[in-house]
Amino acid sequence: MPWALYLGCTVPVRNLNYEASVRRTAEKLGLDLVDLADFGCCGFPMKSLNAEEALVIAARNLALAQAAGCDVTAACSACAASLAEADHQLAHDPALAKRVNERLAEIGLKYTGGVRIRHFARLLYEEVGLERLRAAVVRPLTGYRFAPHYGCHYLKPSEAMDHFDSPDNPRTLAELIEALGAEAAAYPGLTDCCGGGVLGVEEGLAQVMAYGKLKRLTTLNVNGLVVICPFCNVMFEGQQKTIAKKFGEDLKVPLFFYPQLLGLALGIGQKELGFKLNRIKDKDMMKALEG
Amino acid sequence: MAEPETQAPAPAPWPVFDLNQAVLGFADEVAREPGGAHIRRCYACGACSARCPVADHLAGFDPRRLIRLILLGQRDPVLQSPLPWRCSTCYTCQETCPQGVGFTEVLFAVKNIAARAGFFPPALGLQPDILRAHGRLLEITDFENKNRADLGLPAITERPAHYQAMLARFSLKTGEEA
Ligand code: SF4
Ligand code: SF4
Repeated sequence: MPWALYLGCTVPVRNLNYEASVRRTAEKLGLDLVDLADFGCCGFPMKSLNAEEALVIAARNLALAQAAGCDVTAACSACAASLAEADHQLAHDPALAKRVNERLAEIGLKYTGGVRIRHFARLLYEEVGLERLRAAVVRPLTGYRFAPHYGCHYLKPSEAMDHFDSPDNPRTLAELIEALGAEAAAYPGLTDCCGGGVLGVEEGLAQVMAYGKLKRLTTLNVNGLVVICPFCNVMFEGQQKTIAKKFGEDLKVPLFFYPQLLGLALGIGQKELGFKLNRIKDKDMMKALEG
Repeated sequence: MAEPETQAPAPAPWPVFDLNQAVLGFADEVAREPGGAHIRRCYACGACSARCPVADHLAGFDPRRLIRLILLGQRDPVLQSPLPWRCSTCYTCQETCPQGVGFTEVLFAVKNIAARAGFFPPALGLQPDILRAHGRLLEITDFENKNRADLGLPAITERPAHYQAMLARFSLKTGEEA
């Protein structure tokens, strides 16, 4: 079954490097990604105001995928979780499913369940698999060391994610990094929240939350931090300069979206992977991996 | 270089606690809301508070205490407090809780009730209108599509019709700052 690429609101506007690297690596690995023109917001932004409205919006997108005969892969962790949670809730609460479908009927849609929702990193891990990834690597990232950052909604609520990875001791992203020949750093604070969820309501709180990890990273001897979510990226890359200034630190931690690293290892050019949009780069590393 | 600012954010004001003002049905009201069902399971062990990353940085943010305030019927103080909106939705408390309270979801329930009562952060209150207008939170104009084309990415056309229809009956009271 083809995978409908769920971009959500943020990635296709703010993280074109992420989107480009998802598309190019999927193509290289023979994943059948399709675009559904009607996909929009996943509903998560509505959840604090009204959870049922958020659910109807999420279900609407699942209904579109069902009608198109697609499963769904999302680049944004908040989208992936919002859709997976909606599917999980509707599958376990028939009365709720009935109410939601009455709302969907008003726009000519229906969701009866069964669409699989996978974050793109989970898709790589489960559907492509480490073995095939290793075999596809033409430019191993040997000698490089990266810190994985899982973020929260990639793993949690674990119930809605079929417990595919442990929220306390996650392994999938580290293994995905290692499959490229690089080393994945294990470090205290691995599962710390980036703070992105409160950036809109209290900037200072979000910044102090991200600061701890950035500071730690400067002591880990790593070539960068690997993220898989636009909100983690905004905290660790977008806010990094401001945070450095605010806390009087010299932070220069390069950020990578995992598919960008994967793309390098698969021999895809840096231009195609959108590296010009990465704001903090290790120039030596990028040079060494050129061509 | 400017003096580095190393302090944590200012403590959020605690909801004023007054048993004489208790609204006895408040816990049930929360329990009826989506996500709130298991609030009464809490046996106050404090595992949630111990692991909450916001509690680490925002003095006064304490999941266990918020649960107590709800169970003790402190309706107005909780609904008018900025604290529920400071949750980063990291789900750590929910995954940690030995009683299956689901505190992340409980807070969504609380925020939903607060929003209906007119208490929510103003920026959040704008989101339904943005969704009705664009079907997404960030607008897609020719400028965005030009940037996308430069990277070989397909153009996106906004399709807000479903969002207009889905959110047609949704309205918020005039926002009061939370
Ligand atoms: S971890 Fe669960 S039972 Fe313990 S205080 Fe928190 S909500 Fe209550
Ligand atoms: S979900 Fe909210 S309350 Fe729970 S641990 Fe995370 S920040 Fe704290």
